[in-house]
Amino acid sequence: MAATTNVTVGGQPGFWQKLGKGGTAYFYLIPAFIVMGIITFYPLGFQVWMSFTNYGLKNLRLDAPAPDLVGFTNYLKILQNDLAIPNFNFWGMLSFNLFWTFSNVIIHVALGILIAVALNTEGLWFKGIYRAIYILPIVIPQIIIATVWRNMYDPDFGAINQGLAWVGRLFNIAPDVFHIRWIDQIDAPIPGIPLPLSYFALLLCNIWLGWPFMTIVATGALQSIPKDLYEAADIDGASGPQQFWSITLPLLRPAMVPAGVYGLILTFNLFSLIFFLSGGGPLRQTEILLTQAFRLVNERQLYGVAAAFCVYIFFILLALTIMVNRITRATESYDV
Amino acid sequence: MSSPTMSATGLVNRVSAQVSGSTASGRKLSLGKQLLLQAILLLVAFTVLFPLLWVVSLSLDPRNISRPTELRLIPPGASVRAYTAVIERPTNNKISFAGLAFNSFKLAAGTSVASVLIGVLAAYSFSRFRFRGREVLMLSVLTVLMLPSIATLPALYVLLNRVQFLNPQTGKMLFNLRDSLLGVGFAMTSGLLPFAIWNLKGFLDTIPRELEEAAIIDGASPNQVFIRIILPLAVPALAVTAFLGFMSGWTEFAISWQFLNQVKDHTLMMELYNMIGQYADNTPWSKFAAMSILVALPVSAVYLALQKYIVGGLTVGGVKG
Repeated sequence: MAATTNVTVGGQPGFWQKLGKGGTAYFYLIPAFIVMGIITFYPLGFQVWMSFTNYGLKNLRLDAPAPDLVGFTNYLKILQNDLAIPNFNFWGMLSFNLFWTFSNVIIHVALGILIAVALNTEGLWFKGIYRAIYILPIVIPQIIIATVWRNMYDPDFGAINQGLAWVGRLFNIAPDVFHIRWIDQIDAPIPGIPLPLSYFALLLCNIWLGWPFMTIVATGALQSIPKDLYEAADIDGASGPQQFWSITLPLLRPAMVPAGVYGLILTFNLFSLIFFLSGGGPLRQTEILLTQAFRLVNERQLYGVAAAFCVYIFFILLALTIMVNRITRATESYDV
Repeated sequence: MSSPTMSATGLVNRVSAQVSGSTASGRKLSLGKQLLLQAILLLVAFTVLFPLLWVVSLSLDPRNISRPTELRLIPPGASVRAYTAVIERPTNNKISFAGLAFNSFKLAAGTSVASVLIGVLAAYSFSRFRFRGREVLMLSVLTVLMLPSIATLPALYVLLNRVQFLNPQTGKMLFNLRDSLLGVGFAMTSGLLPFAIWNLKGFLDTIPRELEEAAIIDGASPNQVFIRIILPLAVPALAVTAFLGFMSGWTEFAISWQFLNQVKDHTLMMELYNMIGQYADNTPWSKFAAMSILVALPVSAVYLALQKYIVGGLTVGGVKG
């Protein structure tokens, strides 16, 4: 995602600059910008106009009257939670969205590094088999993963409750105890922390989904760390954990930071997982911005409000991207 | 990806001079540590495999019950009856698996091929030429790349819905672009094209320029360079980008669900949602599981074969969901 607009070209910038003079450069751009002009940029502009109107179902027909301009009403209504949608809470949703993103990625990166380090231990048996298995969550479509986990969380017949009951039987715990309503339970499982059980269910599924990518990135970086560094540390008497903190981690950072940024943006927009697993429930407590935007269009047909909502999403994503890029750049240099 | 800094290399040189003769075999894994690591990694492997085994087991359950009553990874008397049922007709909607798969394939292949063909031209321009307005145009591509496709859904829905053809005599609707696979394809391309441009530009940036410079000195035009040198070298990148586009089209849900009303246009993802959604209580889990596997298997197999080319490029390009 990092935008590097000033790539230096070969050793002769003048050479390529001269070539671009003939207009060839624009010629190659024309198809893309005609297509994007029609189906991307024009709709985006139109969407900004829509966000200032009360565009609704009644304006959809071709012969329907144009919608009324309503100024910033849509924007204000969203911020004031004044939308006639039960349990709609913009600020709550935004905080949940951010918390969801960061809690996931921190765990993904930490787990990814730990497993990569374990997997890269010299002399370990069956490395190839483990690698082949660990790639699986990456290659399966996310929507399928979400639907399968939703099925596993079924309170009556799902694999998770049945598995827990099976373990419980070994400790003489009645199986009824494990009638856990992973998705629908409204009471927060941990008193004092306003996170529903379905958040933890989503988190578990997304950890399953997310760590293997980080392990692959970390494995690539680990293999480029010279072994001599560890030998030197051994001779100096550094313990395993000391070596991990002062050699492995600092040298992994240049690879893990971009991967983490990529993970942040991806997790912030993880529509498919949330929509298919929890559906934003219970009581919209696990709704993220994108699932809500989809509901505004799909279920409420409030096109004007949805347009304003999407303009908010645009600025929030822009702010997030800029912030994250700043942090990335600030941590780019490192010392051993 | 990472390279040690000057101080690190200095340290290495100093130390390797001291211990010349000692090799990598100096760090031997004790049996206890080996077993501990094996136990941990085996547990991780089990957690990775469990959901997959569960869904395979569900799909093979021969008992014609809607829900399994006990946790068994190999159900007694496994059968493929659920698969044949799904292939015939996944849900109550009158469309076969082949019909759904064909719709999904048309969308995925069409959008992916169109995006790659148009995208590689723009990527070549951004990667190789320096021209006025380059930064602004690249920034505009990056900005829409950042936006997930759902964030443009309201406008695309309203606008594509305006492209209608009515029968002038009866006033009956003949064609509505919004309610067609073509319209969904346009909406999906809107999100996919910026990704294709950016991803391909990332790849093209890594192709060394010496070859092209030599060709140009020999009198080749930029068009000849593009066709004779760039395109052949970019084939793997084109294939990977096309596949990632295909994968996102194959699993696209939000746009098709919002746009398409007619059952004949339904896609695999829409019917999968019908199997788990609000009114899905009657779908036996064996059918749901068989459907999941049939949808995932082809793309997963290709992804698995291509993964070593894909994963490295992902952090360069960035994908939208």
